[in-house]
Formats: sequence, structure tokens, C-alpha cells
Amino acid sequence: MSRYFIDRNAKYLVLVCASASFIILAAIAIFTLKEALPAFQQVGLTHLIFGTTWRPTMGGFGILPMIIGSLAVTLGAMILAIPLGIGCSVLLAEVAPHRVRQFLRPAVEILVGIPSVVYGLIGMLLIVPLVRQIGGTGYSIAAGALVLTAMILPTIISISEDSIRAVPRRYKEGALALGATHWQTIWHVLIPAARSGITAGVILGMGRAIGEAMAMIMVTGNAVQIPTSPLDPTRTLAGGIAVEINYASGLHENALFAIGVVLFMLILAINSMAILAIRRGKRAQDVC
Amino acid sequence: MKIRKGWKWLILPIVAGLLVAALTLSGCSSGSLGTITENGSTTVQPLAEKLAGAFKANNPDVNVVIQGGGSAVGIKSVNDGTVDIGAFSRELTAADPNLVKHLLARDGIAVIVHASNPITNLTKEQVRDIYAGNITNWNQVGGQNRAIHVVAREEGSGTRTAFQDLVMGKNALIKSDAILQPSNGAIKTAVSSDSQAIGFISFGYIDSSVKALAINGAAATEENAKNGTYSLVRPLYFLTKRQPTGLVKDFIDFCTGTEGQKIVAEEGYISIE
Repeated sequence: MSRYFIDRNAKYLVLVCASASFIILAAIAIFTLKEALPAFQQVGLTHLIFGTTWRPTMGGFGILPMIIGSLAVTLGAMILAIPLGIGCSVLLAEVAPHRVRQFLRPAVEILVGIPSVVYGLIGMLLIVPLVRQIGGTGYSIAAGALVLTAMILPTIISISEDSIRAVPRRYKEGALALGATHWQTIWHVLIPAARSGITAGVILGMGRAIGEAMAMIMVTGNAVQIPTSPLDPTRTLAGGIAVEINYASGLHENALFAIGVVLFMLILAINSMAILAIRRGKRAQDVC
Repeated sequence: MKIRKGWKWLILPIVAGLLVAALTLSGCSSGSLGTITENGSTTVQPLAEKLAGAFKANNPDVNVVIQGGGSAVGIKSVNDGTVDIGAFSRELTAADPNLVKHLLARDGIAVIVHASNPITNLTKEQVRDIYAGNITNWNQVGGQNRAIHVVAREEGSGTRTAFQDLVMGKNALIKSDAILQPSNGAIKTAVSSDSQAIGFISFGYIDSSVKALAINGAAATEENAKNGTYSLVRPLYFLTKRQPTGLVKDFIDFCTGTEGQKIVAEEGYISIE
């Protein structure tokens, strides 16, 4: 009796669990929007997004410098992390002997578990003084990009490696049988075939990079200005919220939630891109 | 399959909900007798923790909960009744809600540089010009030929607001490409690791890792702040919604009394007379 009861009702139980995550997402979206609404109404969308002056205690609510800051550190991190990540994943999937892989793979996975404040601290005490040797104060887009690179590499590496491994064996065998060298096979067959997975990994890494707050506060200098060089200090959207939320009240607080909405939209766009990339890749593989 | 006996799967969440509610309620009621809550200014926080510790030593059955959050959080929470006492690290203005203020201590703001910096004294005008971006090289104020790295607190911080009032005045703004750090401690770390940096922190945070500059010839000491020669001084307040009574009154009286003021001085803040 009770077994049948459980059996019959189990799906409702998992339904409750599944709807919980959706309800949480909806609650966050609604709450953020509701809190941001006064800022959109009183400041205006164009002033908010295209304004360049951020002085919330004196009525300046332009977040364009922060949007540029977020995009700049993320772009910098991408330029560094994509070649490094793909290179490392090719090594793990194709080149490294089993024993090396057994050691390297867990090492990469541990990188994911390190709290971002630790990355920030290492960045502040190691990378910032290093960048200062080149010029400026060291608190800069360059320092932010370097720290982010370390933070998103593991995401890119593990997803890329899995997708290179998932390429059907016959592709590789076919290429080798046609006389291609191992390197030619990797470059012209495996990587193109795993393209969609690699793209998904890169885009997920990008999502993590753009949402990072703690480490960015510690190394980018948090100055709200439109940067003109990679050595200039900058402030990211997520960092901007985290730096000021403690002190904000009234319209200032609403404006921080408006930054949250912009960030939410950016991450939504990035995740949709990831889903599209995976779907397109699947279709391409089905055709083969 | 249809949802027969559909109500049954509601039991689990409801039971869980009731359990959580019961636990929360019992957790609250057990500690609510004899608890004082305080939050707000991070400048006041270390001092308030020491004062709370001493107060608890005398009144072991009283629990004093001290939290940070910043001056804006302090004034907001005390105004909406979330906490008994809000800590506030600048003068109240007409825009702030009408609350009862209790002067707890005064705090000096020290202008700090790297320990290796040869500069020992600046005028208030020089500090203002550095922060406004009119002076950008240490050799313009008698130092080495190196760029000045300006470090400041973030918008909304009580220390920044006080610095704006005391140094910048009405017409000058802290330049927008200044490095911003979100706490006294972070500013100290940033300045102690950069030989070209200048920053400002509360007196209570000064230690040997950085050098505090004299302003207009007066060293950044408690004595100079008390006798008025050191001018970068601001009040630290405990705010309450109404005239305090009971435990809250006892705690505030303790803090502003002889014993509390001794702790204020020991912690590097300036005691009230």
C-alpha cells in the first residue's frame, strides 16, 4: 500500500522540488525589478545606461563606465583564457599520458573550488604590484583580466575536454587512416568537431567572469571612469553593487538594483548564447 | 495520471514549514530577554565590540549583538526599528531622519602614505589639491619625482563623507580616477603595498604598516585632535529612535561614562570630555 502511494506520488514530490528553483528565480527577478523601478522612473533608462557620471549621493546615476569596465575585464580574460583553456584541454584529452592526466585533471578541478576572495587577495598582493611595474597604480583592467583568467580557466578546460573526448572515435580514426598526423587530426578534425562544446564552455566562463564581484573589487581599483588603457582602474557592474550596497539608501539603493537588472540581462543573453551554441552543435553532429 | 489524493503531497512541505517556523520562534524567544542590538558604521564597529565585551563582563546575563554595515545602514535600521542602537560616523544633516544622538567619541581621520615616503607633513590645501587631481606628482609637494596614487573610500562611506566635509569642502570633489577601496582595512593594505600611494583612514586603524602625515604641522595624535590643532576630526554617534530606557540606556550610559571612555581612549579614538 505505502509503496504504491510513494510510487504514485513521487512525481509530484519532484515537481515541488523543480518548481522551487523556478520560484526562487522568479522571486529574484521580480524583487530586483521592483526595487530597480524607481531608479528607471526617476533617472530614466537612457541617462542610466548611457550616462557617464556616477555620483549617487549628488544625483549622478550613469552606469556606462561600469558596463564598459565589466566588458573590458571580461574581454581581456577571454583573450587570455580561450587559447590557454583550449590548449590545456587538448593536452588533457589527446596528448597527456594517463598518469599526467590523472594528476592534472583534479588540479584543474580544485581551481573551481577556491573562493573568489582568495583569488582577489592573491591578485591584490601579487598581480597588482606586477602590473604597477608596467605603469599606473596597478589596480587596473589588466589586473582584473589576469585574475579572471585564472578563475574561468577550469570551466573552459573541463567542458572543452569533455567535448573533445565526446567526438566519435571514427572521426579520429578516419583522419589518421587518411595519413593526417596527430597534430593535423587535432587541429583540423577534433577541435572543429568539438566546436559547439568548446563554445559552450567559453560562454559559461564568460558568464562567470561578468558576474564576479569580490575578486574584482580587490584588484580593479573601483574608480568609475571610462578607461582609456588596460592599465587604467575601472569598476565592474557586479563590483559596483557590492562596493556600495552597504551604504546605499533611497534612490541610490534603487540605482544599485538597476545595475543588478542590467547585469541580469547581460547574463541572460550570455546563457541564451550558450544554449544556442550547444543546440546548433548538436544539429551539426546529427547531420554527420 | 490524474491528481487523486492531491492534497497528500502538500503534507510534506506544510510539515516542514511548521517545523521551521517553530524552530525560528523558539530560537527568538529564548534569547530576547536582555539583548541589545547595534549596527552601522564600520569605524565604530571595533570600538563597539570592545565596549560590548566590557559591558557584558559586568552584566553576564545581557547579550549585546554588534554588527557593521556602514553609517547608512545604522541610521536606516534604527529608524525602522530593526536595531536598538545605530552607529553613525559623521554629523547628522537636515536630510537625515530625526533621531536621538549620543556622542560616543570623536575620531580623527589620518592621511596616510607608504612608510618609505619621505613626506611627513602636508597642508590641508595640498591634501585637497591631491584628491581633486590638481597635484599629481609627489615633487609638487616636496617629494620624489613620482606620480601620486590616490586611494579613497567609496561613495556613501561615513569616512569619505567626513573627509569630503573636512578637507574637500563644498566646491572640490574627489577625482573620479582615484582608486576606491571599500573599508579602512583595505585602504591600509593598498597604501602599505604601494610606495606612491596616499590614503585616509580612521585614527583607530593606524599602525606601523603605514605612515600618518601631519596636517598643517600638527601630527595625527589624539592629543592634537583634542586641543584642536589637528583639524580632521569628526564625531561618532550612537543613535536611538527615542530617549533610551532600560538596558539600552544602561549600555549607552556605560559607553559615555568614565569606564567606557577609558576604552575609547585605549582603542585609539578620542574620548569626550
